[in-house]
Amino acid sequence: MSNLPADLKYTKSHEWVRTLADGTVEIGITDHAQHALGDLVFVEVPDAGRVVKADEPCAVVESVKAASDVYAPIAGEITAGNPKLAAEPEVVNADPYGEGWLMRLKPAPGALAAAALLSAAQYQQVLDSEGD
Amino acid sequence: MARQTPLYRLHQELGARMVDFGGWDMPVQYSSQIGEHHAVRRAAGVFDVSHMGVLDLRGARIRQFLARLLANDVAKLKAPGKALYSCMLNEQGGVLDDLIVYFLNDYWYRMVVNAGTRAKDLAWIREQARPFQVEVTERTDLAMLAVQGPEARAKAAQLLPSAESEAALALDTFVGRELGRWFVARTGYTGEDGFEIMMPAADAVSAWRGLNSLGVASCGLGARDTLRLEAGMNLYGNDMDERTHPFESGLGWTVALAPQERDFVGRAALEPIARDGSPRKLVGLVLEERGVLRAHQKVVAAPAGEGEITSGTYSPTLERSIALARVPAITAGKVQVEIRGKLLPARVVKPPFVRAGRSLI
Repeated sequence: MSNLPADLKYTKSHEWVRTLADGTVEIGITDHAQHALGDLVFVEVPDAGRVVKADEPCAVVESVKAASDVYAPIAGEITAGNPKLAAEPEVVNADPYGEGWLMRLKPAPGALAAAALLSAAQYQQVLDSEGD
Repeated sequence: MARQTPLYRLHQELGARMVDFGGWDMPVQYSSQIGEHHAVRRAAGVFDVSHMGVLDLRGARIRQFLARLLANDVAKLKAPGKALYSCMLNEQGGVLDDLIVYFLNDYWYRMVVNAGTRAKDLAWIREQARPFQVEVTERTDLAMLAVQGPEARAKAAQLLPSAESEAALALDTFVGRELGRWFVARTGYTGEDGFEIMMPAADAVSAWRGLNSLGVASCGLGARDTLRLEAGMNLYGNDMDERTHPFESGLGWTVALAPQERDFVGRAALEPIARDGSPRKLVGLVLEERGVLRAHQKVVAAPAGEGEITSGTYSPTLERSIALARVPAITAGKVQVEIRGKLLPARVVKPPFVRAGRSLI
Protein backbone atom coordinates (compact mmCIF):
# COMPACT_ATOMS: atom_id res chain seq x y z
CA MET A 1 0.00 0.00 0.00
CA SER A 2 1.53 3.28 -1.12
CA ASN A 3 1.52 6.58 0.66
CA LEU A 4 -0.76 8.96 -1.35
CA PRO A 5 -1.32 12.45 0.10
CA ALA A 6 -4.91 13.52 -0.64
CA ASP A 7 -3.97 17.14 -1.42
CA LEU A 8 -1.88 16.19 -4.48
CA LYS A 9 -2.86 15.32 -8.05
CA TYR A 10 -1.36 12.36 -9.87
CA THR A 11 -0.70 10.95 -13.33
CA LYS A 12 -0.93 7.46 -14.77
CA SER A 13 2.82 7.62 -15.35
CA HIS A 14 3.41 7.99 -11.57
CA GLU A 15 4.16 11.71 -11.22
CA TRP A 16 2.55 13.88 -8.55
CA VAL A 17 1.60 17.56 -8.89
CA ARG A 18 1.27 20.12 -6.10
CA THR A 19 -0.19 23.56 -6.80
CA LEU A 20 1.80 26.24 -4.99
CA ALA A 21 0.47 29.56 -3.67
CA ASP A 22 1.96 31.56 -6.57
CA GLY A 23 0.15 29.46 -9.20
CA THR A 24 3.21 27.44 -10.21
CA VAL A 25 3.22 23.69 -9.68
CA GLU A 26 5.75 21.36 -8.08
CA ILE A 27 6.27 17.93 -9.66
CA GLY A 28 7.82 14.73 -8.39
CA ILE A 29 7.49 10.97 -8.60
CA THR A 30 5.16 9.02 -6.34
CA ASP A 31 6.11 6.83 -3.42
CA HIS A 32 5.01 3.86 -5.53
CA ALA A 33 7.38 4.92 -8.33
CA GLN A 34 10.41 5.44 -6.08
CA HIS A 35 9.78 2.10 -4.42
CA ALA A 36 9.44 0.30 -7.73
CA LEU A 37 12.69 1.84 -9.00
CA GLY A 38 14.68 1.07 -5.87
CA ASP A 39 17.72 3.00 -4.67
CA LEU A 40 18.12 6.07 -6.89
CA VAL A 41 21.69 6.86 -7.90
CA PHE A 42 21.25 9.56 -10.54
CA VAL A 43 18.63 12.23 -11.16
CA GLU A 44 18.68 14.69 -14.06
CA VAL A 45 16.28 17.63 -13.78
CA PRO A 46 15.47 20.27 -16.42
CA ASP A 47 16.95 23.77 -16.37
CA ALA A 48 14.80 26.79 -15.54
CA GLY A 49 13.44 28.46 -18.66
CA ARG A 50 12.88 25.28 -20.64
CA VAL A 51 9.43 25.17 -22.21
CA VAL A 52 7.82 21.74 -22.14
CA LYS A 53 4.73 20.19 -23.69
CA ALA A 54 2.39 17.95 -21.73
CA ASP A 55 3.69 14.36 -21.64
CA GLU A 56 7.15 15.45 -22.81
CA PRO A 57 10.01 13.59 -21.08
CA CYS A 58 11.79 16.25 -19.07
CA ALA A 59 13.65 14.53 -16.24
CA VAL A 60 15.42 11.20 -15.74
CA VAL A 61 15.56 9.12 -12.58
CA GLU A 62 17.98 6.21 -12.49
CA SER A 63 18.23 3.50 -9.91
CA VAL A 64 20.93 0.85 -9.77
CA LYS A 65 18.64 -1.31 -11.91
CA ALA A 66 17.20 1.00 -14.55
CA ALA A 67 16.71 4.46 -16.03
CA SER A 68 13.23 5.94 -16.21
CA ASP A 69 11.88 9.08 -17.85
CA VAL A 70 9.72 11.54 -15.95
CA TYR A 71 7.05 13.28 -18.06
CA ALA A 72 5.72 16.81 -17.74
CA PRO A 73 2.14 16.38 -16.51
CA ILE A 74 1.27 19.90 -17.67
CA ALA A 75 2.51 22.14 -20.52
CA GLY A 76 4.46 25.19 -19.36
CA GLU A 77 7.81 26.71 -18.53
CA ILE A 78 10.20 25.18 -16.01
CA THR A 79 10.92 27.64 -13.20
CA ALA A 80 13.32 25.40 -11.24
CA GLY A 81 14.88 21.97 -11.10
CA ASN A 82 15.62 20.66 -7.62
CA PRO A 83 19.34 21.51 -7.21
CA LYS A 84 19.79 19.15 -4.28
CA LEU A 85 19.26 15.96 -6.29
CA ALA A 86 22.52 16.09 -8.26
CA ALA A 87 24.50 15.30 -5.13
CA GLU A 88 21.77 13.49 -3.19
CA PRO A 89 19.50 11.47 -5.51
CA GLU A 90 18.53 9.25 -2.57
CA VAL A 91 16.41 12.10 -1.19
CA VAL A 92 13.75 11.06 -3.74
CA ASN A 93 13.57 7.65 -2.05
CA ALA A 94 13.52 9.09 1.45
CA ASP A 95 11.01 11.92 0.89
CA PRO A 96 9.31 11.62 -2.53
CA TYR A 97 6.57 14.20 -1.79
CA GLY A 98 8.75 16.75 0.02
CA GLU A 99 12.51 17.31 -0.27
CA GLY A 100 12.58 14.94 -3.22
CA TRP A 101 10.56 17.15 -5.60
CA LEU A 102 12.03 17.17 -9.11
CA MET A 103 10.95 20.43 -10.76
CA ARG A 104 8.67 23.47 -10.60
CA LEU A 105 6.73 24.66 -13.60
CA LYS A 106 4.60 27.67 -14.55
CA PRO A 107 1.65 26.20 -16.44
CA ALA A 108 0.88 27.64 -19.90
CA PRO A 109 -2.48 29.51 -20.03
CA GLY A 110 -5.28 26.97 -19.70
CA ALA A 111 -2.83 24.06 -19.40
CA LEU A 112 -3.64 23.20 -15.81
CA ALA A 113 -7.34 22.88 -16.56
CA ALA A 114 -6.60 20.85 -19.70
CA ALA A 115 -4.25 18.41 -17.97
CA ALA A 116 -5.67 14.94 -17.30
CA LEU A 117 -4.73 14.74 -13.63
CA LEU A 118 -5.99 12.12 -11.22
CA SER A 119 -7.13 12.43 -7.62
CA ALA A 120 -5.45 10.25 -5.00
CA ALA A 121 -8.39 7.82 -5.15
CA GLN A 122 -8.23 7.61 -8.94
CA TYR A 123 -4.46 7.07 -8.85
CA GLN A 124 -4.98 4.35 -6.28
CA GLN A 125 -7.24 2.61 -8.81
CA VAL A 126 -4.45 2.80 -11.39
CA LEU A 127 -2.09 1.14 -8.91
CA ASP A 128 -4.69 -1.50 -8.05
CA SER A 129 -5.16 -2.32 -11.73
CA GLU A 130 -1.36 -2.69 -12.11
CA GLY A 131 -1.47 -5.25 -9.34
CA ASP A 132 0.35 -3.21 -6.72
CA MET B 1 5.51 -20.47 -15.90
CA ALA B 2 8.76 -19.53 -14.21
CA ARG B 3 10.54 -22.19 -12.16
CA GLN B 4 10.98 -21.82 -8.42
CA THR B 5 13.86 -22.79 -6.15
CA PRO B 6 13.38 -24.59 -2.80
CA LEU B 7 13.74 -21.14 -1.17
CA TYR B 8 10.92 -19.47 -3.13
CA ARG B 9 8.43 -19.29 -0.26
CA LEU B 10 11.06 -18.05 2.17
CA HIS B 11 12.00 -15.25 -0.24
CA GLN B 12 8.36 -14.18 -0.34
CA GLU B 13 8.10 -14.38 3.42
CA LEU B 14 11.22 -12.17 3.70
CA GLY B 15 9.56 -9.55 1.50
CA ALA B 16 11.74 -10.02 -1.56
CA ARG B 17 10.81 -8.47 -4.88
CA MET B 18 10.79 -11.34 -7.38
CA VAL B 19 11.79 -11.14 -11.05
CA ASP B 20 12.23 -13.57 -13.90
CA PHE B 21 15.87 -14.53 -14.38
CA GLY B 22 16.70 -17.13 -17.02
CA GLY B 23 13.24 -18.68 -16.66
CA TRP B 24 13.38 -18.69 -12.84
CA ASP B 25 11.39 -16.60 -10.40
CA MET B 26 14.22 -15.12 -8.31
CA PRO B 27 14.64 -12.45 -5.60
CA VAL B 28 16.15 -9.26 -7.05
CA GLN B 29 16.24 -7.46 -3.70
CA TYR B 30 14.87 -7.74 -0.17
CA SER B 31 15.13 -4.21 1.19
CA SER B 32 17.77 -2.08 -0.49
CA GLN B 33 20.00 -3.28 -3.32
CA ILE B 34 22.77 -0.91 -2.24
CA GLY B 35 22.41 -1.99 1.40
CA GLU B 36 22.74 -5.64 0.38
CA HIS B 37 25.79 -4.81 -1.73
CA HIS B 38 27.52 -3.11 1.22
CA ALA B 39 26.61 -6.01 3.54
CA VAL B 40 28.67 -8.33 1.31
CA ARG B 41 31.61 -5.92 0.97
CA ARG B 42 31.71 -5.16 4.71
CA ALA B 43 30.39 -8.27 6.50
CA ALA B 44 28.46 -11.15 4.91
CA GLY B 45 25.47 -11.86 2.69
CA VAL B 46 23.69 -14.94 1.37
CA PHE B 47 22.35 -15.45 -2.16
CA ASP B 48 20.06 -18.15 -3.51
CA VAL B 49 21.86 -19.52 -6.57
CA SER B 50 19.83 -22.72 -6.79
CA HIS B 51 18.75 -21.72 -10.28
CA MET B 52 22.23 -22.54 -11.55
CA GLY B 53 22.71 -26.01 -13.02
CA VAL B 54 24.73 -28.59 -11.11
CA LEU B 55 25.84 -31.46 -13.34
CA ASP B 56 27.64 -34.59 -12.20
CA LEU B 57 29.75 -36.25 -14.88
CA ARG B 58 30.96 -39.78 -14.39
CA GLY B 59 32.94 -42.27 -16.45
CA ALA B 60 36.33 -43.90 -16.87
CA ARG B 61 37.20 -41.47 -19.71
CA ILE B 62 35.89 -38.35 -18.00
CA ARG B 63 39.23 -36.52 -18.10
CA GLN B 64 39.63 -37.12 -21.85
CA PHE B 65 36.07 -35.95 -22.37
CA LEU B 66 36.57 -32.69 -20.47
CA ALA B 67 39.88 -32.10 -22.30
CA ARG B 68 37.79 -32.14 -25.50
CA LEU B 69 34.76 -30.22 -24.15
CA LEU B 70 36.41 -27.26 -22.39
CA ALA B 71 38.66 -24.44 -23.56
CA ASN B 72 40.56 -24.45 -20.27
CA ASP B 73 42.58 -27.57 -19.48
CA VAL B 74 41.41 -29.93 -16.73
CA ALA B 75 44.99 -31.26 -16.63
CA LYS B 76 45.61 -28.24 -14.37
CA LEU B 77 43.44 -29.94 -11.73
CA LYS B 78 45.91 -31.99 -9.68
CA ALA B 79 44.29 -32.44 -6.28
CA PRO B 80 40.74 -33.71 -5.66
CA GLY B 81 38.34 -30.86 -4.91
CA LYS B 82 40.19 -28.32 -7.04
CA ALA B 83 38.00 -26.16 -9.29
CA LEU B 84 38.65 -24.65 -12.72
CA TYR B 85 36.85 -21.78 -14.45
CA SER B 86 36.39 -22.41 -18.16
CA CYS B 87 34.49 -21.47 -21.27
CA MET B 88 32.66 -24.14 -23.22
CA LEU B 89 32.87 -23.21 -26.91
CA ASN B 90 31.18 -24.16 -30.14
CA GLU B 91 33.23 -25.12 -33.23
CA GLN B 92 33.31 -21.44 -34.29
CA GLY B 93 34.98 -20.47 -31.01
CA GLY B 94 31.81 -18.77 -29.72
CA VAL B 95 31.08 -19.08 -26.01
CA LEU B 96 28.26 -21.54 -25.29
CA ASP B 97 28.65 -20.94 -21.56
CA ASP B 98 31.14 -20.16 -18.82
CA LEU B 99 31.27 -22.61 -15.95
CA ILE B 100 33.15 -24.03 -13.01
CA VAL B 101 34.24 -27.65 -13.01
CA TYR B 102 35.37 -29.49 -9.86
CA PHE B 103 37.67 -32.50 -9.96
CA LEU B 104 36.25 -34.88 -7.34
CA ASN B 105 37.93 -38.16 -8.26
CA ASP B 106 39.28 -39.94 -11.33
CA TYR B 107 35.75 -40.97 -12.37
CA TRP B 108 33.69 -38.03 -11.14
CA TYR B 109 33.66 -34.30 -11.93
CA ARG B 110 31.01 -31.76 -11.01
CA MET B 111 30.11 -28.79 -13.16
CA VAL B 112 28.16 -25.62 -12.32
CA VAL B 113 26.57 -23.86 -15.31
CA ASN B 114 24.42 -20.77 -15.79
CA ALA B 115 20.66 -20.86 -15.22
CA GLY B 116 19.68 -19.45 -18.60
CA THR B 117 21.83 -21.94 -20.50
CA ARG B 118 21.10 -25.06 -18.42
CA ALA B 119 18.89 -26.86 -20.93
CA LYS B 120 21.09 -25.97 -23.91
CA ASP B 121 24.26 -26.97 -22.04
CA LEU B 122 22.82 -30.29 -20.94
CA ALA B 123 21.84 -31.22 -24.50
CA TRP B 124 25.26 -30.17 -25.85
CA ILE B 125 27.24 -31.92 -23.12
CA ARG B 126 25.25 -35.16 -23.46
CA GLU B 127 25.82 -35.16 -27.21
CA GLN B 128 29.54 -34.54 -26.82
CA ALA B 129 29.78 -37.12 -24.01
CA ARG B 130 28.33 -40.02 -25.95
CA PRO B 131 31.55 -41.23 -27.66
CA PHE B 132 33.33 -41.03 -24.29
CA GLN B 133 30.62 -43.01 -22.47
CA VAL B 134 30.41 -40.32 -19.82
CA GLU B 135 27.17 -40.23 -17.86
CA VAL B 136 25.68 -36.78 -17.18
CA THR B 137 23.27 -36.29 -14.26
CA GLU B 138 21.53 -33.01 -13.52
CA ARG B 139 21.37 -32.55 -9.73
CA THR B 140 17.93 -30.97 -9.47
CA ASP B 141 17.77 -32.39 -5.94
CA LEU B 142 20.31 -29.83 -4.70
CA ALA B 143 19.91 -26.23 -3.60
CA MET B 144 22.87 -23.86 -3.73
CA LEU B 145 23.60 -20.95 -1.40
CA ALA B 146 26.42 -18.47 -1.97
CA VAL B 147 27.64 -16.97 1.32
CA GLN B 148 29.96 -14.09 0.53
CA GLY B 149 31.87 -11.36 2.33
CA PRO B 150 34.80 -10.93 4.74
CA GLU B 151 32.83 -12.62 7.56
CA ALA B 152 31.12 -15.20 5.35
CA ARG B 153 33.30 -18.25 5.95
CA ALA B 154 33.37 -17.85 9.72
CA LYS B 155 29.58 -17.46 9.85
CA ALA B 156 28.75 -20.26 7.41
CA ALA B 157 31.11 -22.68 9.17
CA GLN B 158 28.98 -22.31 12.31
CA LEU B 159 26.18 -24.20 10.55
CA LEU B 160 28.38 -27.30 10.39
CA PRO B 161 29.32 -29.84 13.09
CA SER B 162 32.74 -29.02 14.58
CA ALA B 163 34.93 -31.45 12.60
CA GLU B 164 33.29 -30.45 9.34
CA SER B 165 33.39 -26.81 10.32
CA GLU B 166 37.18 -27.02 10.73
CA ALA B 167 37.50 -28.79 7.39
CA ALA B 168 35.44 -26.08 5.69
CA LEU B 169 37.60 -23.31 7.17
CA ALA B 170 40.73 -25.15 6.01
CA LEU B 171 39.64 -25.12 2.34
CA ASP B 172 41.96 -23.25 -0.01
CA THR B 173 40.53 -20.82 -2.54
CA PHE B 174 38.87 -22.49 -5.50
CA VAL B 175 38.62 -25.84 -3.72
CA GLY B 176 35.44 -27.71 -2.82
CA ARG B 177 34.77 -30.71 -0.61
CA GLU B 178 31.92 -32.96 0.44
CA LEU B 179 31.27 -32.41 4.13
CA GLY B 180 28.47 -34.66 5.33
CA ARG B 181 25.39 -33.94 3.22
CA TRP B 182 26.84 -30.69 1.89
CA PHE B 183 29.38 -29.83 -0.78
CA VAL B 184 31.22 -26.71 0.38
CA ALA B 185 33.43 -24.77 -2.05
CA ARG B 186 35.52 -21.66 -1.48
CA THR B 187 34.29 -19.95 -4.62
CA GLY B 188 32.02 -17.04 -5.50
CA TYR B 189 30.99 -14.29 -7.87
CA THR B 190 31.43 -11.15 -5.79
CA GLY B 191 35.17 -10.48 -5.45
CA GLU B 192 34.97 -11.34 -1.75
CA ASP B 193 35.98 -14.44 0.15
CA GLY B 194 33.21 -16.93 0.89
CA PHE B 195 31.61 -20.27 0.18
CA GLU B 196 29.21 -21.67 -2.34
CA ILE B 197 27.35 -24.52 -0.67
CA MET B 198 25.38 -27.22 -2.45
CA MET B 199 22.97 -29.06 -0.18
CA PRO B 200 19.87 -31.24 -0.32
CA ALA B 201 16.89 -29.01 -1.16
CA ALA B 202 15.30 -29.88 2.19
CA ASP B 203 18.21 -28.26 4.08
CA ALA B 204 18.05 -24.91 2.29
CA VAL B 205 15.42 -23.04 4.32
CA SER B 206 16.91 -23.89 7.71
CA ALA B 207 20.42 -23.06 6.45
CA TRP B 208 19.23 -19.66 5.19
CA ARG B 209 17.43 -18.88 8.46
CA GLY B 210 20.49 -20.02 10.40
CA LEU B 211 22.68 -17.63 8.42
CA ASN B 212 20.21 -14.77 8.96
CA SER B 213 20.26 -15.43 12.71
CA LEU B 214 24.08 -15.17 12.62
CA GLY B 215 23.77 -11.73 11.04
CA VAL B 216 24.24 -12.74 7.41
CA ALA B 217 22.08 -10.49 5.21
CA SER B 218 19.65 -11.89 2.64
CA CYS B 219 20.84 -10.59 -0.73
CA GLY B 220 19.17 -10.57 -4.12
CA LEU B 221 20.37 -10.87 -7.68
CA GLY B 222 20.50 -7.06 -7.97
CA ALA B 223 23.36 -6.85 -5.47
CA ARG B 224 24.93 -9.94 -7.03
CA ASP B 225 25.14 -8.06 -10.33
CA THR B 226 26.76 -4.89 -8.92
CA LEU B 227 29.20 -7.02 -6.89
CA ARG B 228 30.27 -9.17 -9.84
CA LEU B 229 30.70 -6.14 -12.08
CA GLU B 230 32.86 -4.36 -9.49
CA ALA B 231 34.86 -7.60 -9.31
CA GLY B 232 35.33 -7.47 -13.10
CA MET B 233 33.55 -10.78 -13.65
CA ASN B 234 31.66 -11.45 -16.87
CA LEU B 235 27.96 -12.22 -17.06
CA TYR B 236 27.01 -14.75 -19.71
CA GLY B 237 24.54 -13.33 -22.23
CA ASN B 238 25.73 -9.76 -21.52
CA ASP B 239 29.50 -9.77 -21.83
CA MET B 240 29.87 -12.84 -24.02
CA ASP B 241 27.67 -15.31 -25.87
CA GLU B 242 27.74 -17.69 -28.83
CA ARG B 243 28.60 -14.84 -31.21
CA THR B 244 31.71 -13.71 -29.33
CA HIS B 245 34.92 -15.58 -28.55
CA PRO B 246 36.97 -15.53 -25.34
CA PHE B 247 39.73 -13.24 -26.69
CA GLU B 248 37.27 -10.39 -27.27
CA SER B 249 35.54 -11.10 -23.95
CA GLY B 250 38.38 -10.61 -21.48
CA LEU B 251 38.63 -14.40 -21.15
CA GLY B 252 41.79 -15.15 -23.13
CA TRP B 253 43.43 -16.19 -19.85
CA THR B 254 41.01 -19.12 -19.59
CA VAL B 255 41.92 -20.58 -22.99
CA ALA B 256 44.67 -23.19 -22.66
CA LEU B 257 46.32 -23.47 -26.09
CA ALA B 258 49.22 -25.50 -24.69
CA PRO B 259 49.71 -28.39 -25.10
CA GLN B 260 49.32 -28.14 -28.85
CA GLU B 261 47.88 -31.64 -29.20
CA ARG B 262 44.84 -31.04 -26.96
CA ASP B 263 42.06 -30.77 -29.55
CA PHE B 264 39.25 -28.99 -27.66
CA VAL B 265 36.04 -27.83 -29.34
CA GLY B 266 36.67 -24.38 -30.83
CA ARG B 267 40.46 -24.68 -30.93
CA ALA B 268 40.74 -24.51 -34.73
CA ALA B 269 38.73 -21.29 -34.80
CA LEU B 270 40.70 -19.68 -31.94
CA GLU B 271 44.24 -20.46 -33.12
CA PRO B 272 44.37 -17.79 -35.86
CA ILE B 273 42.87 -15.22 -33.46
CA ALA B 274 45.46 -16.08 -30.81
CA ARG B 275 48.22 -15.79 -33.43
CA ASP B 276 47.09 -12.56 -35.13
CA GLY B 277 45.44 -10.86 -32.17
CA SER B 278 41.76 -10.11 -31.72
CA PRO B 279 40.51 -6.91 -33.39
CA ARG B 280 38.30 -6.23 -30.37
CA LYS B 281 38.79 -6.50 -26.63
CA LEU B 282 36.76 -6.17 -23.45
CA VAL B 283 37.83 -3.33 -21.15
CA GLY B 284 36.63 -1.67 -17.99
CA LEU B 285 35.24 1.87 -18.09
CA VAL B 286 34.84 4.40 -15.30
CA LEU B 287 32.46 7.26 -16.03
CA GLU B 288 34.09 10.59 -15.15
CA GLU B 289 30.83 12.51 -14.81
CA ARG B 290 27.51 11.87 -13.12
CA GLY B 291 25.25 9.37 -14.85
CA VAL B 292 24.93 5.62 -15.21
CA LEU B 293 26.56 3.46 -17.86
CA ARG B 294 24.22 0.77 -19.20
CA ALA B 295 24.50 -2.19 -21.56
CA HIS B 296 24.27 -1.30 -25.28
CA GLN B 297 25.33 2.33 -24.94
CA LYS B 298 27.72 3.36 -27.70
CA VAL B 299 31.41 3.92 -26.89
CA VAL B 300 33.25 6.43 -29.07
CA ALA B 301 36.96 5.59 -28.97
CA ALA B 302 38.44 8.00 -31.51
CA PRO B 303 40.60 7.37 -33.47
CA ALA B 304 40.28 3.62 -32.83
CA GLY B 305 36.60 3.45 -33.76
CA GLU B 306 33.44 2.58 -31.87
CA GLY B 307 32.41 -0.01 -29.36
CA GLU B 308 29.56 -0.93 -27.07
CA ILE B 309 28.99 -1.35 -23.37
CA THR B 310 28.16 -4.95 -22.49
CA SER B 311 27.39 -4.44 -18.76
CA GLY B 312 27.08 -1.18 -16.90
CA THR B 313 25.89 -0.08 -13.49
CA TYR B 314 26.34 2.25 -10.58
CA SER B 315 29.12 1.01 -8.32
CA PRO B 316 28.02 1.38 -4.69
CA THR B 317 31.60 0.91 -3.47
CA LEU B 318 33.15 3.51 -5.79
CA GLU B 319 30.05 5.76 -5.84
CA ARG B 320 30.36 6.26 -9.57
CA SER B 321 29.37 4.37 -12.68
CA ILE B 322 31.44 1.51 -14.10
CA ALA B 323 31.08 -0.78 -17.10
CA LEU B 324 32.55 -3.50 -19.23
CA ALA B 325 32.73 -2.57 -22.91
CA ARG B 326 33.77 -4.27 -26.13
CA VAL B 327 35.96 -1.83 -28.06
CA PRO B 328 38.59 -1.83 -30.84
CA ALA B 329 41.82 -3.50 -29.66
CA ILE B 330 43.92 -0.31 -29.82
CA THR B 331 41.57 1.63 -27.53
CA ALA B 332 43.33 3.17 -24.52
CA GLY B 333 43.12 6.16 -22.21
CA LYS B 334 39.95 8.19 -22.57
CA VAL B 335 36.77 7.42 -24.49
CA GLN B 336 33.29 8.89 -24.67
CA VAL B 337 30.01 7.14 -24.01
CA GLU B 338 26.75 8.23 -25.57
CA ILE B 339 24.04 8.54 -22.94
CA ARG B 340 20.65 9.90 -24.11
CA GLY B 341 22.26 11.72 -27.02
CA LYS B 342 25.11 13.27 -25.00
CA LEU B 343 28.76 12.21 -25.11
CA LEU B 344 30.21 11.82 -21.62
CA PRO B 345 33.91 11.17 -20.84
CA ALA B 346 35.01 7.79 -19.47
CA ARG B 347 38.38 6.33 -18.58
CA VAL B 348 39.58 2.92 -19.78
CA VAL B 349 40.76 0.71 -16.91
CA LYS B 350 41.74 -2.89 -16.41
CA PRO B 351 39.17 -4.79 -14.35
CA PRO B 352 38.63 -5.67 -11.55
CA PHE B 353 37.40 -2.37 -10.16
CA VAL B 354 37.10 -3.66 -6.56
CA ARG B 355 38.60 -6.67 -4.78
CA ALA B 356 38.18 -7.64 -1.14
CA GLY B 357 36.37 -4.40 -0.35
CA ARG B 358 39.06 -2.11 -1.80
CA SER B 359 39.09 0.11 -4.87
CA LEU B 360 41.65 -0.88 -7.51
CA ILE B 361 41.12 2.06 -9.83
